Amino acid sequence: MTREAYHKSLREAQDELMRLSEMAGAALKASMEALRKRDVEASRRIVRNDALVNKKRFEIEERCIYLIATQQPMAVDLRTLAAIINIVTDLERIGDHAEGIARISISIGDGPLVKPLVDMPVMADKALSMLQRCMKAFMERDAGTARRICDEDDAVDALYDAIYDELIHLMIEDPRIIKDATYLIWAAHNIERIADRATNIAERVVYMVTGKMEEMNVSKY
Amino acid sequence: MPNFLYTRRKITNYAALGASLLSAAFGVAFLVWILKDVLVMGAGALSPAFFTELPAPPGEAGGGLANAIGGTLLLTVIATAIGVPSGILAGTYLSEYGRGSRLASAVRFIADILVSAPSIVIGIFVYAIIVRPSGGFSAIAGAVALAIIMLPVVIRTAEEVLKLVPDATREAALALGAPHWKVTVFVVYRGAARGITTGVMLAVARVSGETAPLLFTSFNNSFWNWKLNEPVSTLTVAIFNYAMGPYDDWHAKAWGAAFLITAAVLFVTVTARLVVGRRHGG
Amino acid sequence: MGEKITIKRLNFFYGPKHALKNVNLAVGDREITALIGPSGCGKTTFLRCLNRMHDLYPGNRYEGEIILDGADILLPGLDLIKLRSKVGMVFQKPTPFPMSIFDNIAFGLKLNGRRDRRDAAARVEAALKVSALWDETKDRLHEPALALSGGQQQRLCIARAIAVEPEVILMDEPCSALDPVATAKIEDLMSELKRNYTVVIVTHNMQQAARVSDRTGFFMMGEVMEFGPTRKIFTAPANKLTEDYITGRFG
Repeated sequence: MTREAYHKSLREAQDELMRLSEMAGAALKASMEALRKRDVEASRRIVRNDALVNKKRFEIEERCIYLIATQQPMAVDLRTLAAIINIVTDLERIGDHAEGIARISISIGDGPLVKPLVDMPVMADKALSMLQRCMKAFMERDAGTARRICDEDDAVDALYDAIYDELIHLMIEDPRIIKDATYLIWAAHNIERIADRATNIAERVVYMVTGKMEEMNVSKY
Repeated sequence: MPNFLYTRRKITNYAALGASLLSAAFGVAFLVWILKDVLVMGAGALSPAFFTELPAPPGEAGGGLANAIGGTLLLTVIATAIGVPSGILAGTYLSEYGRGSRLASAVRFIADILVSAPSIVIGIFVYAIIVRPSGGFSAIAGAVALAIIMLPVVIRTAEEVLKLVPDATREAALALGAPHWKVTVFVVYRGAARGITTGVMLAVARVSGETAPLLFTSFNNSFWNWKLNEPVSTLTVAIFNYAMGPYDDWHAKAWGAAFLITAAVLFVTVTARLVVGRRHGG
Repeated sequence: MGEKITIKRLNFFYGPKHALKNVNLAVGDREITALIGPSGCGKTTFLRCLNRMHDLYPGNRYEGEIILDGADILLPGLDLIKLRSKVGMVFQKPTPFPMSIFDNIAFGLKLNGRRDRRDAAARVEAALKVSALWDETKDRLHEPALALSGGQQQRLCIARAIAVEPEVILMDEPCSALDPVATAKIEDLMSELKRNYTVVIVTHNMQQAARVSDRTGFFMMGEVMEFGPTRKIFTAPANKLTEDYITGRFG
């Protein structure tokens, strides 16, 4: 009674999920790059590409629902599918946040930034790393790593606080930059949200592996 | 496939079909011949007197075989009364209680031998154990001989038919908390009732046509007799005697008796078949 | 809820064959306990220990304890007829007796010492109503039970078992010979039965075990690999073998 076709399809769903996470991660990376380089054209490309992320998300979700309807998955398979369905939502939102950063970049236009980007790329790298390691933990069924990743969200929050404070100070000093500085706060906020989504994914990984619902690190935002 | 192969197969097929049809026709032809003779020669000999009157003295025309008809019925009824209950109970033992036991396989083996034993041997056996010690031929000795011939047939049919009741049905009844005997009597017998009836009817038909064992046991009697310790006339023995007699009227009577016994056996057999047919049909 | 049957260190032998190995299990009172596992794993063998059906055939041997309502049913000298009227059984293939629908159930009633004929009609009706067969059969009670459809026959067998007024009902793959509609009816019936009876069901259909049962035991090669609440077994089993079996990675 080994169910080869079913399990192959289940593996493919996970591979697709990895591809989606790579697309979302790449969008984040590219949006930060475009923001730093003031590349409006690249930002527009990122906005357009978000449609592909959304499309892929629906494909994966449909595949999962089809498997549930036709294969009556149980135990770890059921938990895996439940995790995938949750994770695609998180990944799709990560894509949206990356798109958000790209839109901010377009709004700022091709003028210089109010300040050079220092903490924000560090924050983005952290969030991206969290996402990538979460997905690795997903593929490797590694609940321990997933739990530890959640703790890293505090560092991202701290960076966001620092960026926020710094930009508020700059705005008080020079009210002419309020508009562009606010844009940058939004961009940082998008990155902060991406890290939160990575935490969500980690929670799903822990459930998938252990079968227990655990509330991980609650972001203060 | 090449065409000639088809042709060869067709020819082989027709050849085999033809051969088996011929063999079947050969067998059936004799059967029809016998039935035709019995019908033509026997039906003419039947008359109201045949059923109601005693045999006329040798050489005189007229009279009937009323006593032989009565004797055959008497022997068949007694033999059935002895052979059927004990046969069914023995069959019940084989199917319900003694499965796999040594006694059961011994009983089964002996029954199988008895089924194929020549009936004359049974006659001699009963002659030795009843007729000789009791000092003479008797109706009861004939009935016992017929019962012994019946017994293995009834045992084996009862066993086979009881075994047709699925074990799952027995288990289901036992699982309800029914004692073994209730399962047997109220469930298994009910499932096998038609089959057992059929088997009994066929056994009755079989023994009602027996002659050889009766020659040594119930012998013959020219008069009415309902006493079990006296000889009694039967249709089959009457056929035997009359057919070998010197008078034409006796020959006619023998044909009449042959017709009557054949018709009776046919009737019982066909009825039994109808019972089976109904079981399989419904 | 309390435990109806507690099985402790049960071993069972078919002659020299060690068919059940150190089985420990607790059947909850008025719950449905499902037994799953690959073919030949011992789940049906185990079920048939609970009403000592194995005693019908020579050479079988039990060791250990099966405590039903505080008393060990494996003790020698136990009244098997009493045990079986307390622990009813429904089989894989429907087993209607070769008699009318009415008589099938009346057979159970009579075993239970209920011989009053007027009373019988009411009790037959009640049993058929419990098994949801009354509406389909009320106009044909005296027709042969074998004329019913497979699903109806199986519900008749359940009604017949109920007529004996048991406390526990064992079901050995009761739906394996039935179509999905008939299966759904039996499953509905099982959750009804749960109100008054303790049910133990062996099933090859894992979805069925997941749907109907409160507790599930996973058997493999004569051993209980895992036993626990159904909700846990089918979402997050503790044993890797259980997981591999219910997700179809072996079997």
